[in-house]
Amino acid sequence: MTTLDIPPSAAPPLASVTEVLAIAGRRLRRLRRNPGRLVGITLNPLITMVALGYLFSSAIQIPGSTNYIEFIFAGVVMQGALAAVGPTAIAVALDVQGGLVDRFRSLPISRSAVLIGHVIADLLISMIGLVVVVAFGLLFGWRPHNGVLPTLAGFGLVVVFTFTVLWVGVLLGMAMSNLETIESVGGLVAVVFSFLSTGFLSVDKLPGWIQPIAQWNPVSSVISACRDLWGNGAPTGTGFPAENPSLVILVSLGLLFLVTSVLSVRRYRNA
Amino acid sequence: MDLAIEVTGLRKTYDKTEALRGIDLSVRTGSVLGLLGPNGAGKTTAVRALATLLVPDGGQAKVAGFDVVAQPREVRRRIGLAGQNAAVDELLTGRENLVLLGRLLHLGGAGARRRAQELLERFDLVAAGDRPVGTYSGGMRRRLDLASCLVGHPQVLFLDEPTTGLDPASRQSLWNTVRGLVADGMTVLLTTQYLEEADYLADQIVVIAAGQVIADGTPDELKRKVGQEWLEVAVALPDRVAAAVAVLAPLAVDEPSTDPVKGLVKLQLRDGMDGIAAAAVALRDAGVDVADFALRRPTLDDVFFNLVGRQPQG
Repeated sequence: MTTLDIPPSAAPPLASVTEVLAIAGRRLRRLRRNPGRLVGITLNPLITMVALGYLFSSAIQIPGSTNYIEFIFAGVVMQGALAAVGPTAIAVALDVQGGLVDRFRSLPISRSAVLIGHVIADLLISMIGLVVVVAFGLLFGWRPHNGVLPTLAGFGLVVVFTFTVLWVGVLLGMAMSNLETIESVGGLVAVVFSFLSTGFLSVDKLPGWIQPIAQWNPVSSVISACRDLWGNGAPTGTGFPAENPSLVILVSLGLLFLVTSVLSVRRYRNA
Repeated sequence: MDLAIEVTGLRKTYDKTEALRGIDLSVRTGSVLGLLGPNGAGKTTAVRALATLLVPDGGQAKVAGFDVVAQPREVRRRIGLAGQNAAVDELLTGRENLVLLGRLLHLGGAGARRRAQELLERFDLVAAGDRPVGTYSGGMRRRLDLASCLVGHPQVLFLDEPTTGLDPASRQSLWNTVRGLVADGMTVLLTTQYLEEADYLADQIVVIAAGQVIADGTPDELKRKVGQEWLEVAVALPDRVAAAVAVLAPLAVDEPSTDPVKGLVKLQLRDGMDGIAAAAVALRDAGVDVADFALRRPTLDDVFFNLVGRQPQG
């Protein structure tokens, strides 16, 4: 070749910050033109908060907690995080179908930058949703009781949880092509994982066969850790997950992140 | 010879379907290769393998001097790919799409904006540059898609069915753009189902079917393979076909073929220009009124028919 004017370069091992920011910036620009995306992830938890915390609150008695809105708030927040799984999956699947992933893959950019960019953008979008949910929570009577640092630590945990479940969305989007299926699966994730937890009822109020599922559901551990940090009722229940919430959170979220991110990037490489 | 694309024995199997069964291609730097074939022939698979989107099962492929399997990153730095769908973000403006790619290619903010402006100007998209792509016409989207391929100054361009679904005017404008790029030294591999397109743009044509190369050559070579030019006579009154055949047969290489419904007589003349004159005189002397009298050459459609043995799908 006589036109070889570009010196060869080594592939950077990780996604470059520039590339990730470019992709995340693109998603945020899209959000500005199509803010409907925000409605979905804020409406879902808000409906739960209003339905359970306002309409049913007098009918539901939680032992050891006098304020039902405070009891369910952590669960509502996690539901908001889980509600972002479907939209993330759809955003990724649309990029695959529209040929954008092919274009990105034909560029000399890192193989993970596009997916990380999606996650970063969706994390920011979820944070906006979180602010709205917190505002409504305060309006409905939720209060943190343990001071600034534990409260912030609780929100830090929400961010980590959201980041992790968004990778589930990315994997769904890379693995499934039918948008309607993705939408149903995403909706199922948001409902099943939040309701089959100790987020809205204490374990002993749940049907017997669901109790072990709710106890071992990592979402329960995250919820009770947040409740603890926000002073919204001490963790209840017995058994390994209830007694070792940090360990369960660390292992389950760590594994989930590892598996979903590795599988997603592998799928992206071979799409 | 300076080759921008060198492919030998490229093979790819999906599940149990052999999409590519050992394809050889070579494309000179600065030339256009038209990859022609019916649906499912393996055109897109070949492009995807060359653009490093999929790893072939066998064979070797070098693009811009680098092996697509061993050095995909080096290949990616030198190629542009326009797939079958215009791969642009509908919600972003044309300019934003181009700036995004510039940023991804590490041109920096100012560099990306400058490159976007250059490309918008070159592709006549300045006026539409700040509108969301969702409002663009098909032709504008294709132009933006092509512009998107060029952000990183590639040496080799892959165009997978670049004009599918475009109206004739947009198609012509895209063809002119491609010719302009080639004039600037770009190497282009384009797949198409439109024989006219390959005829117009390609220096070399490779016809593939069922994952194999079944013919290659320049458009003229392929046409010559199919046959010589022939005389086509349309008689004014269909019942005069027999009379026309009677006087024309002595001038033809083989028995003339006829289409009694359309009143057509086709024959290959024995001796060129003299044959044409003789045929005209013979028809006049026999009193056959002629509606059309023309020397026809095979089109690439004839080539396609001849090679693939069925109607090309489009």
